[in-house]
Amino acid sequence: MELLIKNAVVYDPSNGIDGEKMDLAVRNGKIVEPVELNRAEVLDASGMIAMPGGVDIHSHIAGPKVNKGRELRPEDHLKHVERKTRLKRSGVGYSVPTTFTTGYWYAGLGYTTVMEPATAPLETRHTHEELNDTPILDKACFPLMGDNWFIMEYLKNGEIEKCAAYVAWLLRAVKGYAVKLVSPGSVEAWGWGGGLKNIDEVVPYFEITPREIIRGLCKVNDLLGLPSPIHVHCNDLGSPGNYKTTLETMRCVEDLAKKGRPSIHIVHVQFNAYAGSGWGDLSSGATKLARYVNRHSHVTADLGQVIFGDTTTMTADGPWQYILHNLSGNKWVNHDVEAETGGGIVPYQYRRRNYVNAVQWTIGLEFALQVKDPWKICLTTDHPNGGPFIEYPRIMAWLLSHEARDAALKRINKTARRRSLLDSLDREYSLSELTVITRAAPARILGLRDKGHLSVGADADIALYRIDPSTIDLSKDYRRVRRALRRAAYTIKEGEIVVKDGEVVRVPEGKTFWADAEAPEEAQKDVGQDLRERFEKYYTIRLENYPIGEEYLRRPAPMEVKMEAGQA
Amino acid sequence: MRAILVTGRSLGQGLGLELGKFSDTYFRSATTCEMNPEDMGKLKVEAGELVRISTNHGSVTVRAIKALEELPQGIVFIPYGPWINLVVRPETHGTGMPSFKGIEVEVEAEKTREALRVKDVVGQG
Amino acid sequence: MDTVTGVVCPFCGCLCDDLEVTAEKGKIIGVKNGCAYSLTKYLNYQKERLPAPMMRKGKEQVQVGLEEAVERAAQILADATYPVLYGWSSTSCEAQHLGIELAEEVGGAIDNTSTVCHGPTVEAFQELGHPSCTLGQVKNRADLIIYWGSNPLQSHLRHMARYTVGAEGKWRKGRDDRTLVVVDVRKTYTARVADYFIQVEPNGDFELMSALRMALRHEEIEQDAVAGVPVEYIEELAEVLRGCYFGALFYGLGLTMSSGKNRNLDAAISLVTDLNRWTKFVMMPMRGHFNVNGANMVFLWQTGYPFAIDFSHGYPKYNPGVTSAVDILNRNESDATLVVASDPAANFPRKALDSLLGNPLIVVDPHRSATAEKADVVIPTSFVGIECEGTAYRMDGVPLKLKKVVEPPPGCPSDEEILRRILKEVKRLKEGD
Repeated sequence: MELLIKNAVVYDPSNGIDGEKMDLAVRNGKIVEPVELNRAEVLDASGMIAMPGGVDIHSHIAGPKVNKGRELRPEDHLKHVERKTRLKRSGVGYSVPTTFTTGYWYAGLGYTTVMEPATAPLETRHTHEELNDTPILDKACFPLMGDNWFIMEYLKNGEIEKCAAYVAWLLRAVKGYAVKLVSPGSVEAWGWGGGLKNIDEVVPYFEITPREIIRGLCKVNDLLGLPSPIHVHCNDLGSPGNYKTTLETMRCVEDLAKKGRPSIHIVHVQFNAYAGSGWGDLSSGATKLARYVNRHSHVTADLGQVIFGDTTTMTADGPWQYILHNLSGNKWVNHDVEAETGGGIVPYQYRRRNYVNAVQWTIGLEFALQVKDPWKICLTTDHPNGGPFIEYPRIMAWLLSHEARDAALKRINKTARRRSLLDSLDREYSLSELTVITRAAPARILGLRDKGHLSVGADADIALYRIDPSTIDLSKDYRRVRRALRRAAYTIKEGEIVVKDGEVVRVPEGKTFWADAEAPEEAQKDVGQDLRERFEKYYTIRLENYPIGEEYLRRPAPMEVKMEAGQA
Repeated sequence: MRAILVTGRSLGQGLGLELGKFSDTYFRSATTCEMNPEDMGKLKVEAGELVRISTNHGSVTVRAIKALEELPQGIVFIPYGPWINLVVRPETHGTGMPSFKGIEVEVEAEKTREALRVKDVVGQG
Repeated sequence: MDTVTGVVCPFCGCLCDDLEVTAEKGKIIGVKNGCAYSLTKYLNYQKERLPAPMMRKGKEQVQVGLEEAVERAAQILADATYPVLYGWSSTSCEAQHLGIELAEEVGGAIDNTSTVCHGPTVEAFQELGHPSCTLGQVKNRADLIIYWGSNPLQSHLRHMARYTVGAEGKWRKGRDDRTLVVVDVRKTYTARVADYFIQVEPNGDFELMSALRMALRHEEIEQDAVAGVPVEYIEELAEVLRGCYFGALFYGLGLTMSSGKNRNLDAAISLVTDLNRWTKFVMMPMRGHFNVNGANMVFLWQTGYPFAIDFSHGYPKYNPGVTSAVDILNRNESDATLVVASDPAANFPRKALDSLLGNPLIVVDPHRSATAEKADVVIPTSFVGIECEGTAYRMDGVPLKLKKVVEPPPGCPSDEEILRRILKEVKRLKEGD
């Protein structure tokens, strides 16, 4: 299959290409030099821009939590229905769409890779079943580890190598990709109905602090040479004043950074960027966090931007979700997972006129506009927590256009507006910078070497949008830009055209990445022994029934991960 | 006699599921009506004798026994199966679920008709 | 002789995965660790088995080739205006996937056995949420266990020993460390071993739960007794609930089937949500069939709804009372039925069953069930968890892979294979239209 895309204005920041009209050549699913093509189908992309396919580093699209979210929101499903066609399966949903719909919608936006960021290892078989039913996209999932009993015990005893061997085993066993922590330690405390207030409180019965868990897993991540840094949902999420905990969290792994590589990725930073002491004086901590990120090279973050409207919150942060249930009065699902983690789901509405929601909305944008280097951030809403992914183009317009921001600012709570910095932040993202935060940076942070760029040899995942930079004013014509970004002119996945004008025309199967990690041999033996002795005491299934075979992944794409030299 | 009918799982009925719907175990279990001994006295029915359970949806003949798991007076217990399905309320009240428990029934001693076998009870209108 | 360990039992929602099954020359001769139900299934599954595909010709069912049976089944479904595809709870998730695809293809309704089991529970989840967890949390932490409208010593035989009262966990050593409360209309076997037995009047659960919520808030209850339970006892029970470290409420069909149905579950969820103000409390439905939860899961992620789904407009619609199997049948709205791994002839009220039997009927099942006897097309399949693999979901949502322990009879396909074939044939027929 050969494709020659002509006349597109290409944005490929990884290669320094910033809006150059050039040809893109595709063969057998990869980007190639145009000279290598023999009989290519020609796609005339005049009047369009080309970017690598979108990469979403953090979006709750599959697994037990998401499914309980679907169960909880039949009323949300009525907002949108998809009919069955010859090509497409039917579906429903808005903030928690069904799996087929999720794949089609992302592809329609020009996204080609999505990461499910939080899955309880015990139930990850379920996550893979759902990922299998999410068409077109390449994907992976991150097993939750911050409250895992084996991990807490190893780290408490200072046994980093054994912890690493366990983590490697866990990633292989559940076919996971990266190490995820959600309010580490606090979710174990929630197993008793409690929670921790900062990263130095001790986890009941486990004699370890969140700081120690974060540092320990950071060391483990490094030892194993995993492609992505630890992904951390900071403690104290949602609390006024929590930006301090976020700073502490970022600081606590500063000394562990190696070779200028990030040692920590803070997820949905907006929810952890609150200043003030209560809801009445809630204010933005975005500037302080942005300043820290600007001065340090070991941290990356994704936004968790709020979108006004109705959505569904869902995280592994059990105690926080219970608080939100009480604050909002909305229905509440709780799901704690033995020896591993927890979680909760609560529908939520972000209202423009509500002071707190308006402040939340300003924070994500303030952060994005004050971090100087776009390679350090990724665009997300923590779908569906901040808002549904189908609304990403709104955020893109706010970043590209001061006018778009202004139009939104006019309608929000006036006090929130007054207290926010946004009016004075003139910066407008360029298309190149937008490409960075929606593709190039997420791919790089994830260690997906063949994604997020259009070099020869890269996966041929390309998005074409009907935006002509020579004629359009990105700032004034933001509505047109937003519409164009919402319906990709073409989405190309692995070299095949899958979307035309926002409509799915082909439904291939995407790949599921997982980290095939190796670990120190001696430590592996010890961990094997520990598992045999303790697994069945902690869990209610047998050890032999826990690992997930590769047959559960429709298109497995293991990534062989070797430890750093000298660690084996 | 007026009574409240509660239907449910019993060990015998559950085992009968695996031994087959046409097995003796299933037949014996699912045609058993557990009753409070005093209620049986009122109806002048001995253990093992037949009773007829009726609602305005239908009626069925089953065998009365003394309750294995204590029953208060005025309640009868019959395991799930095609027999009780002749008398339970089919309306779901907008929930999808018919009324299988807590139904008002008439219970009387049955002198003539036998309990039907599965193949006869299914398909009997 | 071959022994397979770590076998996952395909009977009830407990999905015990520690069975050891021994087979000799392709026949199962022994099972270790299983309960009476499990043992009975493994040692007797060959009895009452459907011998071969059959079709009704005239008044009799006659044996036919598999091809012919598949074609006839596909014909019936493709021709029907509004077929109902029912069952699904005793087969694999892989088969359930295909069921949905088939229902979507024929524009019919698909429903699973939750509709006559924990459907009302799920309806309450949709309205109020659900504070819950996996079973290991209960095993490790719970010092208070309640069974309400559930009789595990008759229905889920190893539940108490494996997961609750009798289990040894990280912080609880066993029976002595835990308090057992049973609420039921009669003193069941489970009630006899309880520390507290509350005998509630039939259909009185909603009032009793409401009274408990009042007692927890120290509100005055103006009656002497509620649902047959003296108020002093209710107040005492409220303190027992409040005073635990970790409470777990397991509930069964006593709540879903009694008068009030989903409203009883509303009350239960409200009670447990309230209790979280004072202590840690969770709840969990006692799922009956081994993969009814799997059916809910698969239906949910593919259609957005857990049961009672209608595809007649080309997209999933959900409205229990309208799109649920018993209601469709009560109103005689359907004109064909496919039953997979279920026996509605034994489970449906008379009126609904009469409607079902009045239409062309296809049964896909290993068992000679009461429904199979009445079918126009019968296709025998292999037993999931014995003769073929499959994924299933435990009552708490934990997914497990069921193992194949022995070979099926020669030429006997799995539900998954048959459904795939029927779907293919239906698509071919519809293409020709």
